[in-house]
Amino acid sequence: MIEFKLPSLGADMDEGKLLEWKVSPGDTVKKGQVVAIVDTSKAAVDVEIWAEGTVFELLVEPGETIPVGTVMATLREAGESPLAPPAGRGVGGEGVSAGRRRISPAARKHAEELGVDIESVVGTGPEGAVTLADVEQAAAKVSPARTAPAPDRTLDRAAEMRKAIAAAMGRSKREIPHYYLSEPVPMRRATDWLAKANEGRPITSRLLMAVVQLKAVAVALKKFPELNGFFRDGAFQPAAAAHIGVAISLRQGGLIAPAIHDVGEKTLEQLMLDLTDLVKRTRVGSLRSSEMSDPTITVTNLGEQGVAAVYGVIYPPQVALVGFGRIAEQPWAENGALTVLPVVTASLAADHRVSDGHRGALFLAELRDLLQQPESM
Amino acid sequence: MNEQELRAVVIVTLKTIAPEVEEGDLRPDRPLRNQVDLDSMDWLNFLIGLHEKLKVDIPEADYARLVTLGDVLDYLKTKLGR
Repeated sequence: MIEFKLPSLGADMDEGKLLEWKVSPGDTVKKGQVVAIVDTSKAAVDVEIWAEGTVFELLVEPGETIPVGTVMATLREAGESPLAPPAGRGVGGEGVSAGRRRISPAARKHAEELGVDIESVVGTGPEGAVTLADVEQAAAKVSPARTAPAPDRTLDRAAEMRKAIAAAMGRSKREIPHYYLSEPVPMRRATDWLAKANEGRPITSRLLMAVVQLKAVAVALKKFPELNGFFRDGAFQPAAAAHIGVAISLRQGGLIAPAIHDVGEKTLEQLMLDLTDLVKRTRVGSLRSSEMSDPTITVTNLGEQGVAAVYGVIYPPQVALVGFGRIAEQPWAENGALTVLPVVTASLAADHRVSDGHRGALFLAELRDLLQQPESM
Repeated sequence: MNEQELRAVVIVTLKTIAPEVEEGDLRPDRPLRNQVDLDSMDWLNFLIGLHEKLKVDIPEADYARLVTLGDVLDYLKTKLGR
């Protein structure tokens, strides 16, 4: 039996509210399939499953708010006999006890908060499971005065997002010893190359410099695995591929940095399609769980707002953030001559527990060199 | 399509990108992207929207001429042969 748990959808999420199941008991699911929609402080997220099997039982009801890690559903693995009793469930008179009753974690937590004896609550969920509603009903019967008001879920999303960002960024600054580096990168070749590449393209398939920069970051990361991955449980876990979180600001305030997967392996055309789609879905609040939980590094581009450079705050548990400022013409001295060139300041904020400034500097130099050969990407 | 209709198309297209825009607040002589906070992606989507609605081709080389709302309207008028 496989347990499907609510995944963490980012460092700033510790609970989610189930909005809708996209599957029913008996359905077969495959890897990557969207099985539920869960509301977080940032977006309504399509939660994917990363196992294959047949849905056996849904343990959480729409409307319930549950902590990350809560078992939401159980599935039978392929090949598991459909007639076999689910593991951990007694059959034939032995092993059946009150302790085996199905109680949703949210119900258990809420019962504690309300001071309700969970064992005395009558379950009305599937197979007698005790649900959140059962707990609330029991609490109302026991002592109406002690019933806590349901948490206000209609809170302004912008306010919730601000709180979530504050929590994640506060944690980042408390836990991560950041170091910062920056490097001016000549962009003459890249802008000329891009202008030429776009000349022959219809407007609907033109590329933005942002995708060239993303690709360059991903390619540079191949030589610097210590900047790409997660710092968890006191140790660094490098990631096998660069899933780049792209910081996307929302018009109503706040930001989300969902991932474009495998950036290093994609063509610029594919990245442009992915970025366009991601920005569109982020703005309407429709993201997939893997996009929320997967980013192995973040790239932010504040040049559009006209700043020269950005020194980012790392999004935990990631260990680095690359920033790009405005691309603007600047005087440039080289080989004893002074010229004027478009230049961008690339910056790196990185976790000193995992890497040192020396390696960070080499990474920025690699990034600078790659941006001098845009045709190679 | 007269000038008013053209302006209406431009505003509707802009609102698909930036729904919070109030037409009355837009200064036709000020840089549009600063007034409405459009990044490159927003800008590209705005131009794609105009391209699709008006069937005009807008080469990237012309972007530099499209600074204010007035510039955009003048440019489209010329493109549409008026």
